[in-house]
Amino acid sequence: MISVQSLSRHFGNIKAVDNISFSVDKGEILGFLGPNGAGKSTTMKMITTFLPPTSGTVTVGGFDVIEQPLEARARIGYLPESSPSYRDMNVFDFLMFAAEVRGFDGEERLNRVKQIMETCNLKEVAYQQIDTLSKGYRQRVGFAQAFIHDPEYLILDEPTDGLDPNQKQEVRNLIRKMGQEKCIILSTHILEEVEAICTRAIIIGEGKIVADGSPEELRSRSKQHGAITLELIGVDAKEALNGLEKVQFVDRVVEVENGPTAGQNRLRVRMFPMSGKSIAHETASFIHQRNWQVDGFTVEKGDLNEVFYALTKGGAAR
Amino acid sequence: MRNFKAVFKRELKSYFESPVAYVFIVIFLLATTGCTFFLSRFYENRIATLEPFFVWHPWLYLFLVPAVGMRLWSEERKSGTIELLFTLPITLWQALAGKFFAAWLFVGIALFLTFPMVLTVAYLGSPDYGIIFSSYLGSFLLAGGFLSVTCLFSAMSKNQVISFVLSVVACFAALMLGVGVFTDFLNRFLPVWLSEAISAFSFFTHYQGFQRGLVDSRDLVYFVSIIGFMLAANALVLERKKAE
Repeated sequence: MISVQSLSRHFGNIKAVDNISFSVDKGEILGFLGPNGAGKSTTMKMITTFLPPTSGTVTVGGFDVIEQPLEARARIGYLPESSPSYRDMNVFDFLMFAAEVRGFDGEERLNRVKQIMETCNLKEVAYQQIDTLSKGYRQRVGFAQAFIHDPEYLILDEPTDGLDPNQKQEVRNLIRKMGQEKCIILSTHILEEVEAICTRAIIIGEGKIVADGSPEELRSRSKQHGAITLELIGVDAKEALNGLEKVQFVDRVVEVENGPTAGQNRLRVRMFPMSGKSIAHETASFIHQRNWQVDGFTVEKGDLNEVFYALTKGGAAR
Repeated sequence: MRNFKAVFKRELKSYFESPVAYVFIVIFLLATTGCTFFLSRFYENRIATLEPFFVWHPWLYLFLVPAVGMRLWSEERKSGTIELLFTLPITLWQALAGKFFAAWLFVGIALFLTFPMVLTVAYLGSPDYGIIFSSYLGSFLLAGGFLSVTCLFSAMSKNQVISFVLSVVACFAALMLGVGVFTDFLNRFLPVWLSEAISAFSFFTHYQGFQRGLVDSRDLVYFVSIIGFMLAANALVLERKKAE
């Protein structure tokens, strides 16, 4: 378990990280979300023992990062932001170095390196200088280095930054596979990534935790959550709006679009439910009674972007 | 020890994997022999001694050692690999010592490759091998002293050029404190004991003992403690600056 308690880090007068606490268990993939400069990297640097905290404690697997940094480091695999590596070395030598420092010798060291190059698809560039590799390959080298000792804890700072969509997908699959038996913290500002791989998300804004929950929970804080978007063909707008407002638990109905498409009048409305209520069933039977022609019926899951924006800009999500 | 070894090997290897190593070695050899033959007129002197060879070392090291050492920490900090290094399960001192001794050994290798000078002088006459040995030892220690200063300045800046310039200036100062012209100048307005105390801190003063064939324990202690002190300062600077 990684446990962070009342952790703060100040740079001069700036509170980069301001009294945050959370803990992450095995099997969890925690996504750190936040705008640039929110304190994601700073927090990760403190967890990985690189940066000493101004106050507060971090323990990794029971080892305090200040008191027993080497014990903590031995259990962590860390991919720093923009995955730095010794550019003048070739991939194989670099990974051999990482394996050596991680305590592997002789045959085992070689096997580890071979195996990790297999996992991360690095075999074809094994003897190329890292400097000459593309960003995607360099990122994989960073991964390989972080995974080589099969660590219990993985800290990944923007693991998919700068990768193309295919590579992103590859990396996500890798993380998801690893996440089953490890404890992973990754930072990102790509929201879809959190939805795709994380079991839990923490949103950080100005050094503070502003939200902590599963991606679904966070999404449900969106104003859009539970709203229904309807597309009706050939229905009079006024009649529809007045009718739909009377459906049980409907808070309000908003016209989104109203205009002729391909000779027919297309009306798009969004219905917002009262807090905590579901309106899908009632709406469906209401439409059925009126026998309206429906072209679209969508229950909105909520938009993480909107929640993110609201929370980190100081506005309030619901 | 294994971690020290891992860092040491990686570092030493990285010298030879880039052209820097070969450029350095070639320039070092050309400069030392060039100065010996053309400036000190080694042949014309008709004396079987390597003194005209060793006399140039402080002045060549002044530029060449900072050139070797400037990248040690600057580059780690600039490229962010320092974050990698200090989140691996190794201590600050293992990393520090590994890097320092690798660089020192590298300069040592360059120094060793000047052995044809010894063969030359042995062929031409019968030199005092004791003096040659002590001179080599002094030269190696002097390089270590310069290198420890460079290490410190390298940790202070992410910019290699700044590291280089600061190191050269610091090494120059440490050298000049003991050079005759400068001590004479100090003697004019300082009491002799004070100017002597100042020159006792100079690399130059302690290097000269070795050139005369004296392996004085005080000179050894001087170089070892300078290196130790500089590396300790280096550790402090790194501790404070690594995350910047």
